[in-house]
Order: sequence, then structure tokens, then C-alpha cells
Amino acid sequence: MKYNSVFDIIGPVMVGPSSSHTAGAARIGLAARNLFGREPKWAKIHLYGSFAKTYQGHGTDFALAGGLLGFETDDTRMSKALKLAKEKDLKIDFIEDSAKTDHPNTVRLVIGDDSDQLEIVGISIGGGKVEITELNGFELRLSGNHPAILIMHNDRFGAIASVTKILAKHEINIGHMEVNRKDVGKEALMVIEVDQNIEDDILLELEKADHIIQIAKIVS
Amino acid sequence: MFRTVAELVEIAEKEDILISEVMIRQEMDVKNKSRDEVFAEMEKNLQVMEKAIEDSLKGVHSVTGLTGGDAVKIQQYMKEKKPLSGHLMLDAVSKAMGTNEVNAAMGVICATPTAGSAGCVPGTLFAVKEQLNPTREQMIRYLFTSGAFGLVVANNAFISGAAGGCQAEVGSAGAMAAAAIVEMAGGSPQQCSEAFAITLKNMLGLVCDPVAGLVEVPCVKRNAAGSSLAIVSADLALAGVTSRIPCDEVIGAMYRIGRQMPSSLRETGEGGLADTPTGRLLKEKIFGK
Repeated sequence: MKYNSVFDIIGPVMVGPSSSHTAGAARIGLAARNLFGREPKWAKIHLYGSFAKTYQGHGTDFALAGGLLGFETDDTRMSKALKLAKEKDLKIDFIEDSAKTDHPNTVRLVIGDDSDQLEIVGISIGGGKVEITELNGFELRLSGNHPAILIMHNDRFGAIASVTKILAKHEINIGHMEVNRKDVGKEALMVIEVDQNIEDDILLELEKADHIIQIAKIVS
Repeated sequence: MFRTVAELVEIAEKEDILISEVMIRQEMDVKNKSRDEVFAEMEKNLQVMEKAIEDSLKGVHSVTGLTGGDAVKIQQYMKEKKPLSGHLMLDAVSKAMGTNEVNAAMGVICATPTAGSAGCVPGTLFAVKEQLNPTREQMIRYLFTSGAFGLVVANNAFISGAAGGCQAEVGSAGAMAAAAIVEMAGGSPQQCSEAFAITLKNMLGLVCDPVAGLVEVPCVKRNAAGSSLAIVSADLALAGVTSRIPCDEVIGAMYRIGRQMPSSLRETGEGGLADTPTGRLLKEKIFGK
């Protein structure tokens, strides 16, 4: 089920005006920042559907900026996030995209700095709840209901085993897992939803495992 | 886990517990948390709601100036005159609208289930409370009951205007509030579901047509509709009136209606009130061309 907690419905505590267009947008921005691992220097944000039509009125623009700056949904600096981003030299461009998408509240963020960049697609499904549907060209379904680790790796035999072996050793249970690759033997993405938050030392251990390129975690 | 209102009511009846208790037990199970932890988290939400209502009664105004100050106006009227719709009713309406005035002014609120519809549940709670004198625990239970019904809607239909129109937002919020009022007033789980169904039936087809794409016009006053209808529906259910169409089928109808709604009437600010001469003029004034 998409919604599994009463606090998905009664909550989140948030700065107005819209749970899907403000709180949800902030959460997608924050997810992008967390996956990037640091504050980006620039962001190109494509807005689709209802997001594209109402982003100024609903505060989707400042909320996305707030998320990129690391703000939670109830951060009272939210409505000033665009100004704060400017002060921190985070350059943000909003692009109203008329392409049709499956969900009316869809946003594509390309964020980066001098050395790296990341592209994610998020949808805001209502009441502040969001899903990440694409990461660097990989399709995925990340509900945000559980903590998750995202692992970029090379498509080689043993890559998945090396990761699951480490999780098993630390007695971490996997609730949902999917693997996606661009092509045989090329870059691949493992998405693992787990039952508890993963400590940083386990992430470091995973990072050193065979065929692993990069790791990010999402705290639920 | 309950997937439908029928299942929710069945669990409550079979185990002889309140709807709120079904929700609390499920939450403890899903999140692997203690009763105290789950209650503490909801208490925080309750405090946010209380604070938003307090703030609104001091008078708040949105940046655009389109909304604000009406909650104060209504409270003043209630002091000076005898409101035709009754004190409790108008108190709920003013607190519901007040919460959404705070939301429109970019204040801090608790989404229930969304921000645009955040007035209905707390507005009714803090009005009904004056008559029913609930304990703090019962007030927190009110939110669990609302949430239980909201979960069913969210998983079987939608709760966002962009997906299903205002029926999915204020419709759901008012219906959630109606169910919670019934429980607080001592009604049965089945009566909670009747109150929910009666409210949502009367909200079917309501479109999301925000002027200038803002969560102000007509959103603030739609919360007046949601909260007042919730109280009427709760009274009907408590009187023994039932819905001829079962609750889950009403939710199903809401879903299908939402799927048939054109995108111009689903939170794009392109149709309905947004597309009136005044609506267009306001948009131009606020955002330029």
C-alpha cells in the first residue's frame, strides 16, 4: 500500500500552503540533496503538470530550493529559501515543461557542483508523501516508507552477494530490493529498502565491497 | 492491516474496540513503536493544530492579501450576535477557516490529510470539544480516528487536488472529521463509517480550481463547507441515519469521478473559479502576465 502510517495522513507538520506542492516538493528537494551527498552549486528543475501550472502560487519553487538547502517540511525559513539559496550561491533555474507525465505532480531535478551531477525524478502523490521514480536514468520505485540504501555498482557477478553478505552480517533485514542496469556489464543500481536506519560505518564497509561505485542512503 | 472501511469497522466490532484503537495498534505494529511513542508523536501534531488556531484568532493575512482575518470576524460576530447556524457550528467554521488562513500565510500547520484541507479536522475538534469535554487522550484519539479513515481513502482513491479534485481534499478531510466526531460523541464504529459516507457523498464532484494557483481562494472557505458538513453528518449518523451506498463504494465513486475530471479542474488553476474574469484579473495582479 502506498500509505501505511497514520502520520502520512495526520501530518506532516509543515509550512504552508500546500502539502503536495510545498511539503512534498521540499521532500523531493531534500532527497536529491541527500542522494547527492552535499549541497549542490546549481540546479535545473523541470516542472510538469500541476507543478508547472501552479508552482509560484503553491510555493513549489521555494520549497524545492528549501529541500536542496536541507530544510525539513516544518522549517520556518522555507518561504525565504529562494533568497537564501541566492545568498549561498546556489543557482536555480525553473523550467516549465509541457511534456506529459504519468503523475500530475512530477519534477525532474538535475543538480550538481564543479565535480559531479545527479538527476532524479520525483512525484508528489498527496498529503506530503513523495516517491522517487528515477535516478540518473535508472527507473526505480522508492516509497520513502522505509529507510533505503541506493548503491551504484558495476554489473558483475557477485556484486549483489557482496552487498547482501555485509547486510546479513550486521543482521539487517531487507524489506524490498530491486536491481536495474543500463546494459549488460555496465553501470547498475541496487535499491534496498531495509527495516532500520543503516549506520555510517556499515555504509563505509559497503562502499569498499567489490564492484561498488557509490552509495547513498535515505532515512525514512 | 485494514484496506477498506468495512474491514476497519469489522476489526473494531470483532475486538470490541474503538476505530482509534484499531489505528493505534496498527501504527505500533507497522512502525514497531510503543503506545507511548505513537501517542507522543500525535500529541505534537495536536499542539501544532492548537497553535495554528490560536495564531489565526490574533488575525493573520496572506502575502497576497486575498485571505486572512475572517476567523476573527466570525468570532467577533459570535460574541455580538446570536449566529443562525448555532455557536458550535460557527465556532468550528471559524477555527477551520482560521487554520487555513495560517496555511495561506505560510505559517506552520499540520496537514490533515493535506494543507489545503487542514482546517476541517482541527476546526471541528476544537469546537466540538467545548460541548463534549473530552480528555486530552480522547482529543488525540480523534486524530487517530480521522487518520484511519484517511488511510483508506489515500490507498483506494486519492487525497490530492491534483489527482482527484477538491472532493479528494476537503471531501476527505470533512468526512474524516465527521467519523472522528461520532467516535468522540460515543457513536459506534459503524456510525463513524455512516458519517464518513454521508459527508463524502455530499462532496462528490467538487473540483480544485484555485485562483492564481494559490491555496487561498476558494480553499479557505471550502474548509468552512467541509467542517460544517462534518458536524451535520455526524449528527445524522448519531441519530441513526444511514447511507444507502456503503462507505467503500462512496470512496470508489469519488475515485472514478476524479479520474474523469479534466486536468483543468485538478489544481492547475486553469478552470472553474480560477477562470472567471475576477479570478484571471487577480492572477494578473499578483503574478503579472
